[in-house]
Amino acid sequence: MTMANAPTSPLTTYLEYLEKGELGYQFSPEANAAVFYPRVICPFTGSDRLEWRIGKGMGTVHATTVVYPQKGDPYNVALIDIDEGFRMMSRVEDVPPLDVRIGMRVKFRVHQAEGDEPPYPVFTPAEVAP
Amino acid sequence: MNGLTRGSAAIVGAAESDIGAVAANMSPLDLMAQGIHRALADCGLKLKDVDGIFCAATQARTSAMSMCEYLHLPSAYTDSTIVGGSSFEVHVAHAQAALAAGLCSVAVIAYGSTQRTVGRRQASAREYNPYETPFRPFLPSTAYALAASRHMHEFGTTREQLAEVAVAAREWALLNPVAWEKKPLTIAEVLSARPISYPFTVRDCCLITDGGGAIVMMSADRARSMAKPPVYVLGCGQVITHASISSMPNLTLTGARESGAAAYRVARMRETDIDVLELYDAFTINTILFLEDLGFCPKGEGGPFVSGGRIGPKGSLPVNTNGGGLSYCHPGMYGLFLLIEAVRQLRGECGARQVAQAETALVHGNGGVLSAQATVILGTQAAL
Repeated sequence: MTMANAPTSPLTTYLEYLEKGELGYQFSPEANAAVFYPRVICPFTGSDRLEWRIGKGMGTVHATTVVYPQKGDPYNVALIDIDEGFRMMSRVEDVPPLDVRIGMRVKFRVHQAEGDEPPYPVFTPAEVAP
Repeated sequence: MNGLTRGSAAIVGAAESDIGAVAANMSPLDLMAQGIHRALADCGLKLKDVDGIFCAATQARTSAMSMCEYLHLPSAYTDSTIVGGSSFEVHVAHAQAALAAGLCSVAVIAYGSTQRTVGRRQASAREYNPYETPFRPFLPSTAYALAASRHMHEFGTTREQLAEVAVAAREWALLNPVAWEKKPLTIAEVLSARPISYPFTVRDCCLITDGGGAIVMMSADRARSMAKPPVYVLGCGQVITHASISSMPNLTLTGARESGAAAYRVARMRETDIDVLELYDAFTINTILFLEDLGFCPKGEGGPFVSGGRIGPKGSLPVNTNGGGLSYCHPGMYGLFLLIEAVRQLRGECGARQVAQAETALVHGNGGVLSAQATVILGTQAAL
Protein backbone atom coordinates (compact mmCIF):
# COMPACT_ATOMS: atom_id res chain seq x y z
CA MET A 1 0.00 0.00 0.00
CA THR A 2 1.36 3.40 -0.86
CA MET A 3 0.87 6.20 1.58
CA ALA A 4 -1.17 9.08 0.28
CA ASN A 5 0.58 11.54 2.52
CA ALA A 6 3.98 11.56 4.07
CA PRO A 7 3.68 11.37 7.86
CA THR A 8 5.78 14.51 8.23
CA SER A 9 6.69 17.22 5.77
CA PRO A 10 10.17 17.29 4.22
CA LEU A 11 10.92 20.57 6.00
CA THR A 12 9.83 19.24 9.38
CA THR A 13 12.08 16.20 9.01
CA TYR A 14 14.99 18.41 7.96
CA LEU A 15 14.49 20.65 10.99
CA GLU A 16 14.22 17.66 13.32
CA TYR A 17 17.68 16.53 12.17
CA LEU A 18 19.03 20.04 12.79
CA GLU A 19 17.52 20.00 16.28
CA LYS A 20 19.65 16.90 16.90
CA GLY A 21 22.72 18.62 15.50
CA GLU A 22 22.66 16.69 12.24
CA LEU A 23 22.63 17.75 8.60
CA GLY A 24 19.87 15.60 7.10
CA TYR A 25 19.36 15.32 3.37
CA GLN A 26 17.46 13.11 0.99
CA PHE A 27 18.86 10.45 -1.28
CA SER A 28 17.10 9.02 -4.31
CA PRO A 29 18.04 5.34 -4.71
CA GLU A 30 16.65 5.22 -8.26
CA ALA A 31 18.64 8.26 -9.36
CA ASN A 32 21.60 7.32 -7.13
CA ALA A 33 21.84 11.00 -6.24
CA ALA A 34 21.40 13.35 -3.32
CA VAL A 35 18.33 15.60 -3.40
CA PHE A 36 18.37 19.01 -1.79
CA TYR A 37 16.28 20.95 -0.80
CA PRO A 38 14.09 18.20 0.70
CA ARG A 39 10.90 17.46 -1.25
CA VAL A 40 8.10 14.93 -1.64
CA ILE A 41 9.22 13.56 -4.99
CA CYS A 42 12.60 13.05 -6.60
CA PRO A 43 13.16 15.67 -9.33
CA PHE A 44 15.34 13.27 -11.32
CA THR A 45 12.93 10.33 -11.52
CA GLY A 46 9.54 11.52 -10.31
CA SER A 47 9.57 8.76 -7.71
CA ASP A 48 8.25 9.41 -4.20
CA ARG A 49 10.83 7.01 -2.76
CA LEU A 50 13.36 9.26 -1.06
CA GLU A 51 15.55 8.14 1.80
CA TRP A 52 16.85 10.40 4.52
CA ARG A 53 20.56 10.31 5.17
CA ILE A 54 22.87 12.21 7.50
CA GLY A 55 25.84 14.03 6.06
CA LYS A 56 29.30 14.04 7.65
CA GLY A 57 29.07 17.82 7.70
CA MET A 58 32.01 18.68 5.47
CA GLY A 59 31.87 20.88 2.41
CA THR A 60 33.63 23.30 0.10
CA VAL A 61 32.77 26.94 -0.59
CA HIS A 62 31.40 27.13 -4.15
CA ALA A 63 30.52 30.83 -4.31
CA THR A 64 30.67 33.66 -1.79
CA THR A 65 29.54 37.23 -1.27
CA VAL A 66 29.43 39.81 1.48
CA VAL A 67 26.18 41.65 2.08
CA TYR A 68 26.45 45.27 3.24
CA PRO A 69 23.19 46.06 5.02
CA GLN A 70 22.05 49.66 5.44
CA LYS A 71 22.25 49.07 9.20
CA GLY A 72 24.60 46.67 10.95
CA ASP A 73 27.79 44.87 10.04
CA PRO A 74 28.58 43.23 6.70
CA TYR A 75 28.03 39.47 6.69
CA ASN A 76 28.84 36.48 4.52
CA VAL A 77 26.42 34.53 2.30
CA ALA A 78 27.84 31.50 0.52
CA LEU A 79 26.88 28.48 -1.51
CA ILE A 80 28.45 25.35 -0.04
CA ASP A 81 29.03 22.11 -1.94
CA ILE A 82 28.46 19.37 0.60
CA ASP A 83 30.69 16.30 0.25
CA GLU A 84 27.67 14.00 -0.11
CA GLY A 85 26.80 15.68 -3.41
CA PHE A 86 24.45 18.59 -2.92
CA ARG A 87 24.69 22.36 -2.70
CA MET A 88 23.09 24.67 -0.15
CA MET A 89 23.04 28.31 0.81
CA SER A 90 24.63 29.13 4.16
CA ARG A 91 27.31 31.37 5.63
CA VAL A 92 30.84 30.86 6.86
CA GLU A 93 31.42 32.12 10.40
CA ASP A 94 34.51 32.65 12.61
CA VAL A 95 36.35 34.43 9.80
CA PRO A 96 35.95 37.98 8.40
CA PRO A 97 33.29 37.78 5.65
CA LEU A 98 35.62 39.06 2.91
CA ASP A 99 38.17 36.36 3.82
CA VAL A 100 35.82 33.55 2.85
CA ARG A 101 37.31 32.04 -0.31
CA ILE A 102 35.94 29.82 -3.04
CA GLY A 103 37.46 26.37 -2.58
CA MET A 104 37.80 26.77 1.21
CA ARG A 105 37.02 23.57 3.14
CA VAL A 106 34.31 24.14 5.74
CA LYS A 107 32.64 22.24 8.54
CA PHE A 108 28.95 22.28 9.50
CA ARG A 109 27.48 23.35 12.80
CA VAL A 110 23.95 24.15 13.87
CA HIS A 111 23.01 27.74 14.51
CA GLN A 112 20.42 27.88 17.26
CA ALA A 113 18.31 30.82 16.21
CA GLU A 114 16.67 33.22 18.62
CA GLY A 115 13.18 32.75 20.03
CA ASP A 116 10.75 30.72 17.92
CA GLU A 117 12.93 30.68 14.82
CA PRO A 118 14.04 27.25 13.66
CA PRO A 119 17.72 26.24 13.74
CA TYR A 120 19.75 26.43 10.56
CA PRO A 121 23.11 25.15 9.35
CA VAL A 122 26.18 27.39 9.25
CA PHE A 123 29.81 26.59 8.48
CA THR A 124 33.24 27.37 9.87
CA PRO A 125 36.64 26.94 8.23
CA ALA A 126 37.84 23.35 8.62
CA GLU A 127 41.27 22.95 10.15
CA VAL A 128 43.90 22.56 7.49
CA ALA A 129 45.77 19.27 7.77
CA PRO A 130 49.46 19.82 8.62
CA MET B 1 9.19 27.45 -28.68
CA ASN B 2 8.65 24.62 -31.09
CA GLY B 3 5.69 25.02 -33.39
CA LEU B 4 5.92 28.78 -33.91
CA THR B 5 6.48 29.94 -37.46
CA ARG B 6 9.24 32.41 -38.25
CA GLY B 7 7.74 35.81 -38.94
CA SER B 8 4.08 34.81 -38.45
CA ALA B 9 3.43 37.73 -36.11
CA ALA B 10 4.71 41.27 -35.77
CA ILE B 11 4.94 44.05 -33.24
CA VAL B 12 3.11 47.07 -34.65
CA GLY B 13 2.92 49.43 -31.67
CA ALA B 14 5.24 50.19 -28.75
CA ALA B 15 5.28 52.81 -26.03
CA GLU B 16 6.40 53.53 -22.50
CA SER B 17 4.00 54.82 -19.91
CA ASP B 18 5.31 57.59 -17.69
CA ILE B 19 8.61 56.33 -16.32
CA GLY B 20 11.16 57.33 -13.72
CA ALA B 21 9.22 58.82 -10.83
CA VAL B 22 5.51 58.95 -11.70
CA ALA B 23 2.77 61.15 -10.25
CA ALA B 24 1.63 60.46 -6.70
CA ASN B 25 -1.02 57.75 -6.39
CA MET B 26 -0.62 56.47 -9.93
CA SER B 27 -1.24 52.71 -9.77
CA PRO B 28 0.48 49.94 -11.71
CA LEU B 29 -2.82 49.51 -13.58
CA ASP B 30 -2.86 53.21 -14.50
CA LEU B 31 0.61 52.80 -15.98
CA MET B 32 -0.38 49.70 -17.93
CA ALA B 33 -3.45 51.46 -19.31
CA GLN B 34 -1.38 54.51 -20.21
CA GLY B 35 1.14 52.29 -21.99
CA ILE B 36 -1.62 50.48 -23.89
CA HIS B 37 -3.23 53.78 -24.89
CA ARG B 38 0.06 55.13 -26.23
CA ALA B 39 1.05 51.89 -27.97
CA LEU B 40 -2.35 51.77 -29.71
CA ALA B 41 -1.92 55.41 -30.78
CA ASP B 42 1.52 54.46 -32.10
CA CYS B 43 -0.04 52.04 -34.60
CA GLY B 44 -3.40 53.75 -35.20
CA LEU B 45 -5.64 51.26 -33.39
CA LYS B 46 -8.41 51.82 -30.83
CA LEU B 47 -9.01 50.10 -27.51
CA LYS B 48 -12.06 48.29 -28.98
CA ASP B 49 -9.75 46.56 -31.47
CA VAL B 50 -7.92 44.77 -28.64
CA ASP B 51 -9.00 41.18 -27.94
CA GLY B 52 -5.91 39.79 -26.23
CA ILE B 53 -4.35 40.94 -22.94
CA PHE B 54 -0.93 39.66 -21.90
CA CYS B 55 0.47 41.22 -18.76
CA ALA B 56 2.41 40.67 -15.55
CA ALA B 57 3.00 42.80 -12.48
CA THR B 58 4.32 42.18 -8.99
CA GLN B 59 1.81 44.65 -7.52
CA ALA B 60 -1.29 43.12 -9.16
CA ARG B 61 -1.67 39.43 -8.39
CA THR B 62 -4.35 38.93 -11.01
CA SER B 63 -3.11 41.53 -13.45
CA ALA B 64 -4.94 40.27 -16.56
CA MET B 65 -8.24 40.17 -14.69
CA SER B 66 -7.67 43.66 -13.36
CA MET B 67 -6.83 44.98 -16.83
CA CYS B 68 -9.96 43.39 -18.34
CA GLU B 69 -11.98 45.32 -15.78
CA TYR B 70 -10.02 48.56 -16.17
CA LEU B 71 -10.28 48.53 -19.97
CA HIS B 72 -13.72 46.88 -20.04
CA LEU B 73 -12.61 44.02 -22.26
CA PRO B 74 -14.65 41.14 -20.76
CA SER B 75 -14.08 38.73 -23.67
CA ALA B 76 -10.37 39.30 -24.18
CA TYR B 77 -8.08 36.30 -24.37
CA THR B 78 -5.86 36.59 -21.27
CA ASP B 79 -2.43 35.41 -20.22
CA SER B 80 -0.70 36.68 -17.09
CA THR B 81 2.22 34.29 -17.11
CA ILE B 82 4.78 35.59 -14.63
CA VAL B 83 8.34 34.32 -14.56
CA GLY B 84 9.95 37.53 -13.34
CA GLY B 85 11.50 40.15 -15.60
CA SER B 86 11.47 37.97 -18.71
CA SER B 87 7.69 37.48 -18.52
CA PHE B 88 7.21 39.84 -21.45
CA GLU B 89 9.56 37.97 -23.77
CA VAL B 90 7.58 34.84 -22.88
CA HIS B 91 4.39 36.78 -23.60
CA VAL B 92 5.66 37.53 -27.12
CA ALA B 93 5.90 33.80 -27.81
CA HIS B 94 2.53 33.14 -26.16
CA ALA B 95 0.92 35.97 -28.12
CA GLN B 96 2.43 34.68 -31.34
CA ALA B 97 0.92 31.26 -30.58
CA ALA B 98 -2.46 32.74 -29.65
CA LEU B 99 -2.55 34.84 -32.82
CA ALA B 100 -1.65 31.82 -34.96
CA ALA B 101 -4.36 29.74 -33.26
CA GLY B 102 -6.98 32.44 -33.77
CA LEU B 103 -7.49 32.95 -30.03
CA CYS B 104 -7.09 36.70 -30.52
CA SER B 105 -6.30 39.09 -33.38
CA VAL B 106 -4.86 42.15 -31.62
CA ALA B 107 -2.73 41.34 -28.58
CA VAL B 108 -1.35 43.88 -26.16
CA ILE B 109 1.51 43.03 -23.81
CA ALA B 110 1.61 45.42 -20.86
CA TYR B 111 3.48 46.16 -17.64
CA GLY B 112 3.29 48.73 -14.87
CA SER B 113 5.11 49.31 -11.59
CA THR B 114 5.32 52.04 -8.99
CA GLN B 115 8.29 50.44 -7.28
CA ARG B 116 10.15 53.69 -6.70
CA THR B 117 7.13 55.44 -5.22
CA VAL B 118 5.91 52.68 -2.90
CA GLY B 119 9.31 51.13 -2.12
CA ARG B 120 10.88 47.90 -3.25
CA ARG B 121 9.71 45.90 -0.26
CA GLN B 122 6.07 46.69 -0.92
CA ALA B 123 6.31 46.43 -4.72
CA SER B 124 7.84 42.96 -4.77
CA ALA B 125 7.63 41.23 -1.42
CA ARG B 126 9.90 38.20 -1.13
CA GLU B 127 8.49 34.76 -0.39
CA TYR B 128 9.97 33.03 2.63
CA ASN B 129 12.34 30.25 1.61
CA PRO B 130 13.35 28.12 4.61
CA TYR B 131 16.57 27.08 2.82
CA GLU B 132 17.71 30.62 1.99
CA THR B 133 15.90 33.31 3.98
CA PRO B 134 17.67 32.54 7.33
CA PHE B 135 20.97 33.57 5.75
CA ARG B 136 19.58 37.03 4.86
CA PRO B 137 20.63 37.18 1.21
CA PHE B 138 19.86 40.67 -0.10
CA LEU B 139 17.84 39.46 -3.04
CA PRO B 140 18.11 39.66 -5.94
CA SER B 141 21.55 41.35 -5.66
CA THR B 142 23.17 38.64 -3.53
CA ALA B 143 22.19 35.88 -5.96
CA TYR B 144 23.78 37.67 -8.90
CA ALA B 145 26.80 38.53 -6.74
CA LEU B 146 27.30 34.81 -6.02
CA ALA B 147 27.28 34.12 -9.76
CA ALA B 148 29.74 36.99 -10.28
CA SER B 149 32.05 35.61 -7.57
CA ARG B 150 32.12 32.31 -9.38
CA HIS B 151 32.76 33.95 -12.77
CA MET B 152 35.67 35.90 -11.25
CA HIS B 153 37.05 32.71 -9.69
CA GLU B 154 36.76 30.53 -12.80
CA PHE B 155 37.72 33.02 -15.50
CA GLY B 156 39.62 35.82 -13.79
CA THR B 157 36.89 38.35 -14.52
CA THR B 158 37.63 41.61 -12.67
CA ARG B 159 35.54 44.25 -10.95
CA GLU B 160 36.86 46.73 -13.53
CA GLN B 161 35.44 44.57 -16.31
CA LEU B 162 32.08 44.44 -14.55
CA ALA B 163 32.26 48.22 -14.24
CA GLU B 164 32.80 48.52 -18.01
CA VAL B 165 29.24 47.27 -18.44
CA ALA B 166 27.86 50.01 -16.19
CA VAL B 167 29.92 52.68 -17.92
CA ALA B 168 28.78 51.58 -21.41
CA ALA B 169 25.15 51.61 -20.25
CA ARG B 170 25.62 55.12 -18.89
CA GLU B 171 27.10 56.37 -22.14
CA TRP B 172 24.07 55.07 -24.04
CA ALA B 173 21.75 56.61 -21.44
CA LEU B 174 23.29 60.03 -22.01
CA LEU B 175 21.98 59.75 -25.60
CA ASN B 176 18.46 58.87 -24.44
CA PRO B 177 16.38 61.91 -23.39
CA VAL B 178 14.08 59.85 -21.13
CA ALA B 179 16.84 57.94 -19.33
CA TRP B 180 16.88 58.30 -15.54
CA GLU B 181 20.63 58.91 -15.23
CA LYS B 182 21.92 62.15 -16.73
CA LYS B 183 25.56 62.34 -15.64
CA PRO B 184 28.67 60.59 -17.00
CA LEU B 185 30.08 57.66 -15.03
CA THR B 186 33.65 56.34 -14.76
CA ILE B 187 35.01 52.92 -13.86
CA ALA B 188 36.59 54.43 -10.74
CA GLU B 189 33.21 55.82 -9.67
CA VAL B 190 31.58 52.40 -10.08
CA LEU B 191 34.26 50.74 -7.96
CA SER B 192 34.15 53.33 -5.18
CA ALA B 193 30.35 53.54 -4.94
CA ARG B 194 28.45 52.18 -1.93
CA PRO B 195 28.97 48.40 -1.64
CA ILE B 196 25.80 46.30 -1.88
CA SER B 197 26.80 42.64 -2.12
CA TYR B 198 30.42 41.93 -3.01
CA PRO B 199 31.64 42.34 -5.79
CA PHE B 200 28.77 44.73 -6.56
CA THR B 201 28.49 48.36 -5.64
CA VAL B 202 25.26 50.25 -6.17
CA ARG B 203 26.52 51.10 -9.69
CA ASP B 204 26.67 47.41 -10.61
CA CYS B 205 22.97 47.17 -9.76
CA CYS B 206 19.92 48.21 -11.74
CA LEU B 207 18.00 51.36 -10.97
CA ILE B 208 14.87 51.40 -8.85
CA THR B 209 12.34 53.45 -10.81
CA ASP B 210 8.64 53.50 -11.59
CA GLY B 211 7.48 52.73 -15.07
CA GLY B 212 5.46 50.67 -17.50
CA GLY B 213 4.50 50.36 -21.10
CA ALA B 214 2.96 48.18 -23.76
CA ILE B 215 3.49 46.68 -27.17
CA VAL B 216 0.83 45.66 -29.70
CA MET B 217 1.09 42.43 -31.71
CA MET B 218 -0.91 41.02 -34.61
CA SER B 219 -0.49 38.60 -37.50
CA ALA B 220 2.18 39.54 -40.02
CA ASP B 221 -0.41 39.81 -42.82
CA ARG B 222 -2.50 42.36 -40.99
CA ALA B 223 0.56 44.17 -39.63
CA ARG B 224 1.51 45.40 -43.09
CA SER B 225 -1.54 47.70 -43.13
CA MET B 226 -0.60 49.51 -39.90
CA ALA B 227 0.76 53.03 -39.51
CA LYS B 228 4.41 52.08 -39.10
CA PRO B 229 6.60 49.34 -40.58
CA PRO B 230 6.04 46.02 -38.77
CA VAL B 231 8.74 44.49 -36.60
CA TYR B 232 8.52 40.76 -37.21
CA VAL B 233 8.95 38.08 -34.56
CA LEU B 234 11.54 35.84 -36.18
CA GLY B 235 12.24 33.44 -33.32
CA CYS B 236 11.60 32.84 -29.64
CA GLY B 237 13.11 30.52 -27.05
CA GLN B 238 12.76 30.07 -23.31
CA VAL B 239 14.11 27.92 -20.53
CA ILE B 240 13.75 27.90 -16.75
CA THR B 241 16.78 26.32 -15.10
CA HIS B 242 15.87 26.99 -11.44
CA ALA B 243 14.00 29.40 -9.17
CA SER B 244 16.38 30.05 -6.26
CA ILE B 245 20.10 30.66 -6.68
CA SER B 246 21.09 27.68 -4.51
CA SER B 247 19.43 25.45 -7.13
CA MET B 248 21.10 27.01 -10.20
CA PRO B 249 22.80 24.09 -11.99
CA ASN B 250 25.88 26.09 -13.07
CA LEU B 251 26.45 29.62 -11.78
CA THR B 252 28.44 30.70 -14.83
CA LEU B 253 26.30 29.13 -17.56
CA THR B 254 22.78 30.51 -17.88
CA GLY B 255 19.72 29.20 -19.66
CA ALA B 256 20.38 31.86 -22.30
CA ARG B 257 22.54 29.26 -24.03
CA GLU B 258 19.42 27.14 -24.61
CA SER B 259 16.85 29.89 -25.09
CA GLY B 260 19.18 31.65 -27.53
CA ALA B 261 19.84 28.46 -29.48
CA ALA B 262 16.10 27.87 -29.80
CA ALA B 263 15.47 31.43 -31.00
CA TYR B 264 18.36 31.31 -33.49
CA ARG B 265 17.09 27.99 -34.83
CA VAL B 266 13.58 29.31 -35.52
CA ALA B 267 14.95 32.59 -36.89
CA ARG B 268 17.48 30.69 -39.02
CA MET B 269 20.14 33.09 -37.78
CA ARG B 270 23.28 33.15 -35.70
CA GLU B 271 24.90 35.82 -33.59
CA THR B 272 26.73 37.36 -36.55
CA ASP B 273 23.33 38.15 -38.13
CA ILE B 274 22.30 40.40 -35.21
CA ASP B 275 22.62 44.19 -35.59
CA VAL B 276 21.54 45.39 -32.13
CA LEU B 277 21.27 43.64 -28.74
CA GLU B 278 18.97 44.40 -25.85
CA LEU B 279 20.10 42.22 -22.91
CA TYR B 280 18.46 42.25 -19.50
CA ASP B 281 21.10 44.06 -17.42
CA ALA B 282 19.73 43.88 -13.90
CA PHE B 283 23.36 43.61 -12.76
CA THR B 284 26.66 44.10 -14.57
CA ILE B 285 27.41 40.35 -14.57
CA ASN B 286 24.23 39.72 -16.61
CA THR B 287 25.49 41.40 -19.75
CA ILE B 288 28.75 39.44 -19.58
CA LEU B 289 26.98 36.12 -19.04
CA PHE B 290 24.46 36.72 -21.82
CA LEU B 291 27.07 37.87 -24.36
CA GLU B 292 28.86 34.57 -23.69
CA ASP B 293 25.81 32.34 -23.62
CA LEU B 294 24.28 33.91 -26.74
CA GLY B 295 27.50 33.27 -28.68
CA PHE B 296 29.00 36.76 -28.99
CA CYS B 297 32.20 35.64 -27.25
CA PRO B 298 33.52 32.35 -25.86
CA LYS B 299 32.56 31.27 -22.33
CA GLY B 300 34.67 33.07 -19.77
CA GLU B 301 35.82 35.84 -22.11
CA GLY B 302 32.95 38.22 -21.47
CA GLY B 303 35.08 40.41 -19.18
CA PRO B 304 37.82 41.16 -21.73
CA PHE B 305 35.14 41.31 -24.45
CA VAL B 306 33.25 44.25 -22.89
CA SER B 307 36.46 46.15 -22.09
CA GLY B 308 37.60 49.26 -23.91
CA GLY B 309 34.05 50.46 -24.52
CA ARG B 310 33.21 47.72 -27.03
CA ILE B 311 29.50 47.65 -26.13
CA GLY B 312 29.17 51.43 -25.68
CA PRO B 313 28.00 53.96 -28.28
CA LYS B 314 31.50 54.24 -29.75
CA GLY B 315 32.14 50.50 -29.68
CA SER B 316 31.71 47.82 -32.33
CA LEU B 317 28.74 45.96 -30.79
CA PRO B 318 25.66 48.01 -29.80
CA VAL B 319 24.25 46.58 -26.55
CA ASN B 320 21.48 48.11 -24.42
CA THR B 321 21.11 51.20 -26.54
CA ASN B 322 18.53 52.89 -24.30
CA GLY B 323 20.92 52.87 -21.32
CA GLY B 324 19.55 49.59 -19.96
CA GLY B 325 18.25 48.71 -16.56
CA LEU B 326 21.49 50.13 -15.16
CA SER B 327 20.95 53.71 -16.36
CA TYR B 328 17.65 54.17 -18.24
CA CYS B 329 14.80 52.64 -16.26
CA HIS B 330 14.22 49.57 -14.10
CA PRO B 331 10.88 49.29 -12.34
CA GLY B 332 11.28 45.76 -10.95
CA MET B 333 10.57 43.79 -14.12
CA TYR B 334 12.44 45.26 -17.07
CA GLY B 335 11.67 42.86 -19.91
CA LEU B 336 9.07 44.97 -21.72
CA PHE B 337 11.49 47.89 -22.10
CA LEU B 338 13.94 45.68 -24.00
CA LEU B 339 11.22 45.00 -26.56
CA ILE B 340 10.20 48.66 -26.84
CA GLU B 341 13.79 49.74 -27.50
CA ALA B 342 14.36 46.98 -30.07
CA VAL B 343 11.21 48.01 -31.95
CA ARG B 344 12.33 51.63 -31.99
CA GLN B 345 15.83 50.71 -33.20
CA LEU B 346 14.40 48.60 -36.02
CA ARG B 347 12.11 51.46 -37.03
CA GLY B 348 14.98 53.96 -36.98
CA GLU B 349 13.30 56.13 -34.34
CA CYS B 350 16.19 56.44 -31.89
CA GLY B 351 17.77 59.77 -32.79
CA ALA B 352 21.23 60.26 -31.30
CA ARG B 353 21.46 56.63 -30.16
CA GLN B 354 20.21 55.11 -33.41
CA VAL B 355 22.23 52.14 -34.65
CA ALA B 356 22.87 52.52 -38.39
CA GLN B 357 21.11 50.02 -40.68
CA ALA B 358 19.56 48.04 -37.84
CA GLU B 359 17.53 45.27 -39.50
CA THR B 360 17.73 42.61 -36.77
CA ALA B 361 17.60 42.80 -32.99
CA LEU B 362 18.13 40.21 -30.30
CA VAL B 363 16.13 40.78 -27.12
CA HIS B 364 17.08 38.69 -24.13
CA GLY B 365 14.94 38.66 -21.01
CA ASN B 366 16.02 37.38 -17.62
CA GLY B 367 13.68 36.54 -14.75
CA GLY B 368 14.15 35.66 -11.09
CA VAL B 369 17.80 35.10 -10.17
CA LEU B 370 19.18 34.11 -13.59
CA SER B 371 16.25 31.67 -13.53
CA ALA B 372 13.87 32.25 -16.45
CA GLN B 373 15.68 33.06 -19.68
CA ALA B 374 13.74 34.08 -22.77
CA THR B 375 15.16 35.20 -26.10
CA VAL B 376 13.24 36.96 -28.89
CA ILE B 377 14.75 37.75 -32.28
CA LEU B 378 13.07 40.59 -34.15
CA GLY B 379 13.57 41.90 -37.66
CA THR B 380 12.41 44.38 -40.25
CA GLN B 381 10.80 43.52 -43.59
CA ALA B 382 14.34 43.30 -45.02
CA ALA B 383 15.21 40.59 -42.49
CA LEU B 384 12.04 38.57 -43.06
